Amino acid sequence: MNTRTGHTQPHDQVLVSQLTGFARYARSQRFNVGIQESLDSQRLAESVGITGRRQLQLGLKTLLCTSPSDWERFDKVFEAYWKRDKPRQNTRASIGGKAPRQSALAQTSPHGSDASFDVPDANALDAKGAGNGNMSHGGASATESVEGKSFEQLSNAAELRSMEELAERLARRIRQRLLRRQRIDRRGERVDMRRTVRANLRYGGLPLSLSFRRRRRQTPKLVLLLDVSRSMSVYSYLFLRFARGILGAFKGADAFAFHTRLVHIGETMREPSRRKLSEKMALISSGWDGGTRIDESLENFNRNYARNILGSRSIVIIVSDGYDTGEPQALVTQLRRIKRRARRLIWLNPLLGLEKYTPSTRCMQAALPVLDVFAPAHNLESLGALEDHLAGM
Amino acid sequence: MQAVLEQMRQRVAVTGYIADQALLTSLWLMSELDRPLLLEGDAGVGKTEVGKILAEVFERRLIRLQCYEGLDVNTAVYEWNYQRQLLAIRRQEILHENELSEQQLFSETYLMKRPLLQSISEKQPAVLLIDEIDRADEEFEAYLLEVLSDFQISIPELGTIKASSIPLVVLTSNGTRELSDALRRRCLYHFIDYPDYDKELRIVLARLPQTGANLAAQIVAFVQKLREQDLRKVPGVAETLEWTAAVLRLDMKSLGDNPEAVVATLGCLLKTREDLDAMPPEVIHRLVAKAS
Repeated sequence: MNTRTGHTQPHDQVLVSQLTGFARYARSQRFNVGIQESLDSQRLAESVGITGRRQLQLGLKTLLCTSPSDWERFDKVFEAYWKRDKPRQNTRASIGGKAPRQSALAQTSPHGSDASFDVPDANALDAKGAGNGNMSHGGASATESVEGKSFEQLSNAAELRSMEELAERLARRIRQRLLRRQRIDRRGERVDMRRTVRANLRYGGLPLSLSFRRRRRQTPKLVLLLDVSRSMSVYSYLFLRFARGILGAFKGADAFAFHTRLVHIGETMREPSRRKLSEKMALISSGWDGGTRIDESLENFNRNYARNILGSRSIVIIVSDGYDTGEPQALVTQLRRIKRRARRLIWLNPLLGLEKYTPSTRCMQAALPVLDVFAPAHNLESLGALEDHLAGM
Repeated sequence: MQAVLEQMRQRVAVTGYIADQALLTSLWLMSELDRPLLLEGDAGVGKTEVGKILAEVFERRLIRLQCYEGLDVNTAVYEWNYQRQLLAIRRQEILHENELSEQQLFSETYLMKRPLLQSISEKQPAVLLIDEIDRADEEFEAYLLEVLSDFQISIPELGTIKASSIPLVVLTSNGTRELSDALRRRCLYHFIDYPDYDKELRIVLARLPQTGANLAAQIVAFVQKLREQDLRKVPGVAETLEWTAAVLRLDMKSLGDNPEAVVATLGCLLKTREDLDAMPPEVIHRLVAKAS
């Protein structure tokens, strides 16, 4: 505040116009720059003065960032803008003009690519590495068109990516809708007359405070068991994204992946940094896309994890096509053991959505009587329908 | 402004908290712009501590609201003191005093202020620490957003209560749930990372000055090495301090003298069975050797 100089000082004007330019640049890099932020950064700049660039950087950082990933990349963006001060002066000179803007865009692009993480990350999970197109232009229409599409029909990388994003978001929406359902559904709340009278004796029997008979309603604890064997390879990345959404939205949720053995992926999938996530996923996913031993994997789950993880609020969701080389009876034994511990056992089969498919494999046939719900999971709509099976706990 | 920051740094230093330039800037800015500050970072990096420090530095009252799933208006904002109201009615019935009007019955006398209401009705601006906001439900978050932007609370029976002072608001989050964009936008943001070697060493020496410089350096180096391992729960600064205290109790002069004791006290740093299993004694011995 002490170093504040008058508005008419030429230095200040330079700073203000630089700041405006930076605000625009930061916005283009998807930072949170609203009107309030612009005003606040002007105020900050005024009190910091022309000399305190480091202070300005730290101040702007706390002003414009809204998430850990913002925090991580801010310094780079800040430096990218201020390091190359000279050429920017030209673009600022005529703000309204179109041509200079384009040149500004052209300048940002080399820096833009390392500052925006979406593109490489989506690719990393996608594991195909294809497509350098700008993700942010996916748009609503593209989103709509993939929602009802069967996962198998997804042809290009962009569709697949937007589907994965939707899957993650869907998981979060399911939780919100479940909570809303519970609020609206008041059947469980009735006045408990006996306790009301007893509690109000001290007021001479006037029913001043009512006692309610209430069902405790809590969100279910979800445990996902994902089949990542070769026969499921079309779907596995998608379901992993869905799992990530579930883990983010539901407290106490957990996830496992299995092929010939079981891998605990709950903690890994919770990793907030996308970059680290794809690194870790690459590490643990070596050896996936092999055969399936569902019964052995479930046995491992029952032996090592079920005791700690499953409880009366647990809903176990197995996502698998049921193509197994193991003995059906062994599978049934394990499923029964899971059911004994959990509230509900759901099996999602991506093949069930196909017209000609009937669950005729020996394993699937044997498992059917044990399951509470056997539902398709071939497109996002069917995943969304999961909400119905989770409600009413 | 440099002078203001320097002054703040000194005041913070007195409390024994080691704050870097970035954090000081954030704190200064929040008091300057009157905007809430959202602190994120892993468990045990000293987020909650910031609220307390802020209260001390500005010499303000600290009001803390611990969030949890199911937190509602009655525990966060206000509650009517029903018992007292009833007693007042009975008293009036028996003593035949002047009639109690409904307005009197629902007046501030019978209002119990919970942290949110309390923080805006203080005479001197307070520091409001909203801890672990990510644990609260979405509904509460939305409500909080309204309070933080208008600084007024409406109570149906009483009308709208306007803030008599605007508190400094610090929110902390562990990231167990994704916060809404609206809340993020409303707040200044600061991410507290695990401290680097130098900073952590200063923290240890500031908090536990009886630790010898040599031992402290070894301890910090060891913890820093440990953090590089692939752990489920990475030890925070709180764990480092806890472990330092344990090592001091054991009268160890150097970690290298007694690597077995390091293994034995590892429970201070690693808090899950998986992590303990992942760090067998041989690995620990190697880390100790590297650290000392």
